[in-house]
Amino acid sequence: MSTVVETGRPADEIPYSERGPAPVESVAAFGFWLFLLSDVVLFSALFAAYAVLADRTAGGPDGLKLFERGYVLLETVCLLLSSFTCGLMALAVERRSPAATYLWAIVTFVLGAAFLGLELKEFLRMIGEGAAPTRSAFLSAFFTLVGTHGLHVTMGLVWLGAMMAQVATLGFLPIVVRRLACFILFWHALDIVWVGVFTIVYLGAR
Amino acid sequence: MARHPHTDPSAQGEAPGVAHGGRGSLLSYLIGLVFAIVLTLASFWAAGTGLVYGPAVPVLLAALAMAQMGVHVVFFFHISTGPEDTNNFLALVFGIFVVALVVFGSMLIMNNLDANMPSLDQIMKRQR
Repeated sequence: MSTVVETGRPADEIPYSERGPAPVESVAAFGFWLFLLSDVVLFSALFAAYAVLADRTAGGPDGLKLFERGYVLLETVCLLLSSFTCGLMALAVERRSPAATYLWAIVTFVLGAAFLGLELKEFLRMIGEGAAPTRSAFLSAFFTLVGTHGLHVTMGLVWLGAMMAQVATLGFLPIVVRRLACFILFWHALDIVWVGVFTIVYLGAR
Repeated sequence: MARHPHTDPSAQGEAPGVAHGGRGSLLSYLIGLVFAIVLTLASFWAAGTGLVYGPAVPVLLAALAMAQMGVHVVFFFHISTGPEDTNNFLALVFGIFVVALVVFGSMLIMNNLDANMPSLDQIMKRQR
């Protein structure tokens, strides 16, 4: 940060008020950061609904009977590793290396799809056992919360596919790099929400 | 157009997710992964163990979850409390505040309503 600008002062000494507008990279990512926080607020409403309704099983099966912890641990590991490989993709984008970007994007996509497949399989098993969303308030809240997270992961996978198509056709244009940065933030945020889901929903059932 | 916040002296703070320094950020992701795995396994262990005093388990789980979310924010999002991250950090604090209001507020109000609600039999009796 020892760059000297027109004023002849080191950059660190220039007060914020005199530095002019922020570069578009910072503004775009900050705006997306605000969107992510508002998305987390949306999830907090679903978490609140679940916390309130968790023991309203209407005589139906409760969480302890329905959830398998080993299975959830597998889902968690898939999503956590995909968040990590997404970070490696961020480093590849920083180096502007298409090959490494594709590689880590594919690994991220496969792990994300595996998570989604495991979750759908779990949903189908539960519905098959008569634990459908219509069975009780607890199950309505469960499917809404976990389903909304799954929907976000699905949209993330579509987004990742679209970004790879853009890297392939447009290359690392500034706007593509910006969108990739937003996607990477989105994917990390999904993993943070999942930490809340497995703690409150799956481990909280006791 | 291609001005980068690392080199641009006019930068008004960093974008979230921007790691400081190329080689250090790989290390940061690795540290984050190790911490997250350890905390995840600790959560699953704590939920199933009989070693911890039963009523304390939810508190332990909450602490582990908050620790893991913190690990994600620091090592994956690269959000710090430094001056270049002031905007991101303030937004994060406000987000946490709203989340706490919504979750704890809902639970408090709904538990209170539930406790003060007469049972269905009592309501039916009054209507007769």
